[in-house]
Amino acid sequence: MATTIADDLRPMHHPKTWVGKYVWSQDHKVIAIQYGVTAIAIGLVALVLSVLMRLQLGFPGLFPWIQPENYLQYVSMHGMIMVVYLLTALLLGGFGNYMIPLMIGARDMVFPFVNMLSYWIYLLSVLVLVSGFFVPGGPTGAGWTLYPPQAISEGTPGNQWGIVTMLGSLAIFIIAFTMGGLNYVTTVLQARTRGMTLMRMPLTVWGIFIASIMGLLAFPALFVAAIMMLLDHLLGSSFFMPAMMTMGQESSTQGGSPLLFQHLFWFFGHPEVYIVALPAFGIVSDLISVHARKNIFGYRMMVWAIVVIGGLSFLVWAHHMYVSGMNPYFGFFFATSTLIIAIPTAIKVYNWLLTLWRGDIHLRVPMLFAIAFLFTFIHGGLTGLFLGNVSVDVPLSDTFFVVGHFHMVMGVSPILVIFGAIYHWYPKITGRMWNETLGQIHFWVTFLGVYAVYLPMHYLGILGVPRRYYALGETSFIPESAHLANEAISVAAIVVFAAQFLFFYNMIWSYFRGPKADPNPWGAASLEWQTPETPPGHGNWGPRLPTVYRWAYDYSVPHAARDFIAQNEPPSADAPSEEVLP
Amino acid sequence: MSLISRLAEKSWETPGIDRYREPDSYRPAAATVGVYVYFGVATVIFTLLAAAYLVRMGVPGAVDHGTGDDWRPMPEPPLLWINTAILLLSSLAWEAATRASRRDDVPRMRTMVLAGNALGLLFLVGQVLLWWHYQTAGYYLSANPANAFFYLLTAIHGLHLAGGIFAGGRTLGQMAIRADGQRICRNVRLCTIYWHYLLAVWLLLAALLVAT
Repeated sequence: MATTIADDLRPMHHPKTWVGKYVWSQDHKVIAIQYGVTAIAIGLVALVLSVLMRLQLGFPGLFPWIQPENYLQYVSMHGMIMVVYLLTALLLGGFGNYMIPLMIGARDMVFPFVNMLSYWIYLLSVLVLVSGFFVPGGPTGAGWTLYPPQAISEGTPGNQWGIVTMLGSLAIFIIAFTMGGLNYVTTVLQARTRGMTLMRMPLTVWGIFIASIMGLLAFPALFVAAIMMLLDHLLGSSFFMPAMMTMGQESSTQGGSPLLFQHLFWFFGHPEVYIVALPAFGIVSDLISVHARKNIFGYRMMVWAIVVIGGLSFLVWAHHMYVSGMNPYFGFFFATSTLIIAIPTAIKVYNWLLTLWRGDIHLRVPMLFAIAFLFTFIHGGLTGLFLGNVSVDVPLSDTFFVVGHFHMVMGVSPILVIFGAIYHWYPKITGRMWNETLGQIHFWVTFLGVYAVYLPMHYLGILGVPRRYYALGETSFIPESAHLANEAISVAAIVVFAAQFLFFYNMIWSYFRGPKADPNPWGAASLEWQTPETPPGHGNWGPRLPTVYRWAYDYSVPHAARDFIAQNEPPSADAPSEEVLP
Repeated sequence: MSLISRLAEKSWETPGIDRYREPDSYRPAAATVGVYVYFGVATVIFTLLAAAYLVRMGVPGAVDHGTGDDWRPMPEPPLLWINTAILLLSSLAWEAATRASRRDDVPRMRTMVLAGNALGLLFLVGQVLLWWHYQTAGYYLSANPANAFFYLLTAIHGLHLAGGIFAGGRTLGQMAIRADGQRICRNVRLCTIYWHYLLAVWLLLAALLVAT
């Protein structure tokens, strides 16, 4: 019957010109790098915004050009960029694109043209987003959650143009993501090479696969919400806009339901947490296994946990809305479902720890980042148990406790994994090796730095320091020490910010001047390290697709010739050989 | 193998290749799978819109939080039923095209693909006329949430059908240049499934609009 692209070189697109190879490219590896570079570039904008916020919070009044409306705009843009345009785009568009075909033994994605389109539409969404900084009134300051009615009412910064560029950009992004997501899902289903069964796939692919399915099912909620709010704002409908008084005058709208928006937003927003987390879970499993020279503990359980977390994450969204008012039975339901997610998540954490247990741990930079992820993720996960309970959440809502929690669990944790992953796969992607010393310095400053930033935030939150406030002012319940803590956090944040330039310097310098890398420097068993060329050439595998004989985690197998057996190594090779036996 | 047994495989215990056939001997075409995955996306979009519709309308006793007092249902002009009939015929034409493709009856398949596309286009024209009809009768988008939902739902459904007509048009183009026959047959089948899906969505949406 029909053939897929993975089986045959002929239907592939062979670029002839430089532009065809690197600009309008249909090669998944080039698209991945385009996605990655764009995501990191826009992420840097969000990073600068966070430093500006910290300058204001740590040293209020010292920077008169940061006005209250600017502060709110920094908060809103920082949040949305980091969650959607950096993390989602980098983990799925970047790593998903690069890793899926290489790890499952395919030549490319199944729809290369759609894949290319996905990137260019993503770039358009980023440009529309950035245009928000230049429209009259500046970008939206409604918070990343964009709750109506305030998002499109008088008094909120950017309520005229900024909100339009934000909502438009999100709608465009979702179209781009849907094109990419259809590709990732279909490629995993249809283009696995011979012998690559579902349960022989590395966990990285599993994480990205399930996250892509979740993205396909969750982003439509944001799409619908964005379109409806655009209609409310531009054409005067009242989906979300209730009757209200603005600036002393009755609004023309009536009857709309702001709660409806919140439900739609969080029906997207909570799965989004796991859309970011699941690829990170997958990648960190592979990093830990490779650098501890042990097979991943409980592989099947890890796969099932990913699937179960993916499913459950669609049933917990209203735990973001405890303070919005709801039937107490709903609160009970959502608190229960939230706490149930802790079970598969805890299984994963224990399995990572048990993989490390008595492993041959090599504390190279990627492994350091992977282990650091365990710290920040356990930390952020435990504070999630607090916030998942209605009665504990209500007093902590909208305080810095929440900021500390979600930065630990879905900000810092995936970012640490992304750093680990970049260090891990850099030799394969560029063919060169980075500088170990710079990498170590980058790691330690970042890891200790983020603790100095986010740990004190939990205490501030318990004191009752509210989030999204431009300045605390004269507030009796906030002691002097809280202001001091805010200063310390800001200093730590600036140090962490500065340390990132070591990373960029290391990556860029090594790309041109780094020593040539071994094709498989870590001795990894999964397929992407077994390509005939490094970096992998167009079509990935030379004349013949690889055949897969085993799972991706054959490390330290007794009596094997090496301490790993590649997935495409035929079984005869692991028969006991004379030299190895004592 | 069932999905359960695939997910229960103890892959670490069983290295080897002999159990596994060449993948393309049993896999459906990637495009087919892609279309089915997209159905998931579209179903979520329309389900959420329908849910939002019911919440905004304020189903008494269930999701009523003070909304819905301003809800004024729209009338149902005959054009609504004419359009529905056109879409039904369009779907039937595609079905006939698929059956013709199974019998290798190329001329009939071509006629039916043409008919399916033309009727689809006619449906879209009819929907625009329906919009125009409501506009002239004063049912503006901003006047009432029921109107706003009607325009939103028909617009998103119409865009999906426009995408289908684009794909159907490409299939006609492939027939004109006598591309690979298997591929044409596959595309005809995919268009047919897609049309049936959009017909089902439209019937449910129409039922929602009429019932409320």
